[in-house]
Amino acid sequence: MARLFYPGCALEQSGKPYEVSTLAVAKALGLDLPELRDWNCCGATAYMGTSELWGLALAARNLALTEQLGADELVTVCSGCYVVLNKAAKYTASNPALGAQVNDALAAAGLTYKGTVRVRHLLDVIVNDVRPETIQAKMKTSLAGLKVAPYYGCQIGRPFDDFDDSESPTTLDGLLEAVEAEVVPYPLKSRCCGGMLMSTSRDAAVTLVYNLLECADRAGAQCIVTACPLCTVNLEGYRRQVAAKHGKAYDGLPIFAFTQLLGVALGLPRAQTGVDMGLIPAEPALTAYL
Amino acid sequence: MAEMPKATSQQLADEFMEAILNLPDGEKIKQCIQCGTCSGACPTSHLMDYTPRETIAALRAGMLDRVLDSNTMWMCSSCYGCTVRCPAGIKLTDVMYELKSLAMKHGVRPKNVTTPALQEAFVAEVEAHGRNAEVGLMRRFFMGTNPFDGLRNLGLALAMKQRGRLSLGSSSVSPEGQRQLKAIADKARGG
Repeated sequence: MARLFYPGCALEQSGKPYEVSTLAVAKALGLDLPELRDWNCCGATAYMGTSELWGLALAARNLALTEQLGADELVTVCSGCYVVLNKAAKYTASNPALGAQVNDALAAAGLTYKGTVRVRHLLDVIVNDVRPETIQAKMKTSLAGLKVAPYYGCQIGRPFDDFDDSESPTTLDGLLEAVEAEVVPYPLKSRCCGGMLMSTSRDAAVTLVYNLLECADRAGAQCIVTACPLCTVNLEGYRRQVAAKHGKAYDGLPIFAFTQLLGVALGLPRAQTGVDMGLIPAEPALTAYL
Repeated sequence: MAEMPKATSQQLADEFMEAILNLPDGEKIKQCIQCGTCSGACPTSHLMDYTPRETIAALRAGMLDRVLDSNTMWMCSSCYGCTVRCPAGIKLTDVMYELKSLAMKHGVRPKNVTTPALQEAFVAEVEAHGRNAEVGLMRRFFMGTNPFDGLRNLGLALAMKQRGRLSLGSSSVSPEGQRQLKAIADKARGG
């Protein structure tokens, strides 16, 4: 089995802390994640809302390249990329007529997609292939006493419940418990962060983010853990607007990608965990663990 | 954009159904029981001119043109909550995508809705680099809508820059990749 890594556009920029920690954690766990050469943007919601066929074909170029290189898994850490790439893989497989249309478009570029690639989120790979017990065995710093709210967001489990429940997922809970963090009950764990509405309907998205922050705060969480660079920016980047509308900025509630906390637990050098790149200071929440 | 003769409600509905039926489980839209689970699952239905349930009712009543002129599909965040809960198995999120696509194609731009501009900015950015530089996307979007809104985001941009999370340039696909993406676009858009 060969895996390739699909970083996606956000990871190289606003998602830098997630990228840095993902690559460092993968290395520490012996997980080989070479980058898919010449990958292109997945198209996200913008292409799907312009032409589904075009969006699927754009995403499918990445699957065709993966296949061409002899790999059978394409792994991403962005839930937005994950859902679009997975949709391209599943729709072309389940609907032969649509698959033929996508392949017609790929053929114009001299490419073909036979349908052999499995799209996976890194959370799935770490939980189901690496396994939490392996991480526990390699743990250098227990996160005992750290109260975390596990935020899955939407597209990691919807519409495709490939590795977790679409409404009440638990894989991230289990992974955080493996490094002995205290996972607080978080009923809004798969509720929407607003996604691109933060740019187009800010007022609506700010309230969705407020709900997520308030729910975590009431549960006593010291930080929120994410599995998507887009959710991360929405949760940490608009506190001023949240405060203006709802009266609270949640200054002591930083947002970390799950790989960042894994990096801390694995005892990686601080710079490799990216915890100092957050918009909300990592300390005091993480002071005892760094 | 070239002037397009205004399509009748029936033409729009026909075009919409053809697109929906082309997708997996598309035919299930005919089995809607108007239970409203979709609207209940939706985090933004209270902000939509027509809720997801009403959207399918409007389609049946031959009033799809009203939905197309509304803010409904532009308030969809693609959270797929409706899709996984619909007891009839209707992929409501795909329904919203088809409505967006239809509106884009027919140049329908409801007032105060900026998502079509964001989508165009996104596509333009990807056409230029094969990838999406966040700064480039936001520059295109705000220049095309409201530059003053863009200025309000400068604080966030600077905070990102300070932490090494913002680059002015972007990585690109190879020239060969660019050629492939253009060929894919030409074929998929034409077909």
